Amino acid sequence: MTMTTAEHSDHASQDEHADHGLSIAGYVKVAAILAALTGLEVATYFVDFGPFFMPVLLTLMCVKFFIVVSYFMHLKFDNKIFSFMFYAGLFLAIGVYAAALATFKFFSA
Amino acid sequence: MADTAIHHAEHGHHSSTGLSNNKLGMWLFLGSECLLFGGLISTYMIYRGRVGEGPRPGNVYDIPFTSVSSFVLLMSSLTMVLAVAAAQKRDDRGTTLWLTVTGLLGATFVGGQVYEFTAMYNEGLGYTTSLFGSAFYTLTGFHGVHVTVGVIMLLSLVGIIKRSNVPGDKAEVVELVGLYWHFVDVVWIIIFTLVYLIPA
Repeated sequence: MTMTTAEHSDHASQDEHADHGLSIAGYVKVAAILAALTGLEVATYFVDFGPFFMPVLLTLMCVKFFIVVSYFMHLKFDNKIFSFMFYAGLFLAIGVYAAALATFKFFSA
Repeated sequence: MADTAIHHAEHGHHSSTGLSNNKLGMWLFLGSECLLFGGLISTYMIYRGRVGEGPRPGNVYDIPFTSVSSFVLLMSSLTMVLAVAAAQKRDDRGTTLWLTVTGLLGATFVGGQVYEFTAMYNEGLGYTTSLFGSAFYTLTGFHGVHVTVGVIMLLSLVGIIKRSNVPGDKAEVVELVGLYWHFVDVVWIIIFTLVYLIPA
């Protein structure tokens, strides 16, 4: 089966689009989501979230982190080796410093 | 096939993995930066309650002001992505415009940090006032220096692009600077939550 020049061009541009990440509108939407999440984080300072305060804050922090890394830094669309490089460093840091904090009895204080 | 291999070798675009050496190096660097900031953040978490005779975190933090700073840095990530997109479309004018805007937003953030540090010092929190003070200024100071270096990189890149002096693939160079900038933003996301929003 052969593709026409137009079909091949559309197919290639869709793939290229996937390799390069989101469209401009997509990035603006991601930024709007991040701004909304930041607003929610700041709201925890003014509104009493009770027992949900820490879980909400930490969850929002992690969600924002992964949105920026995945979409703005293109990690979601790039080769998995880059993801390995970054997450290896990140989880090594988390592991080492969680152990350090545990040594200082931070989690039981 | 031999011609392709020679072409890649001459331009140094790929390693044996088939990926850009430059990009691989940048991601490795960012992975190591996680260890740097992990150490600084952990130290702050341990010492944040050690205020001695000095002011407590709740007495010196201005959450509304820092929230605006955070928003400015977040928006700079959007403008950085727009710069990368423009570079990929070979739009030099768009690239330099968005790089300049990103640099200005970053400079605004740094200005906000300088104001904040000055205000905190005037309220009695110096670098050696307490362990909390030392840990706070070291952590946020290191981050501020990273942002400043990023601003210098961004504005330098604008000048280099205008003089058409970009070494190698322009889009890749802009992307690499973008990766550094987004990382700086990501670190602030963590700092803002753990340092400012979670009370000691």
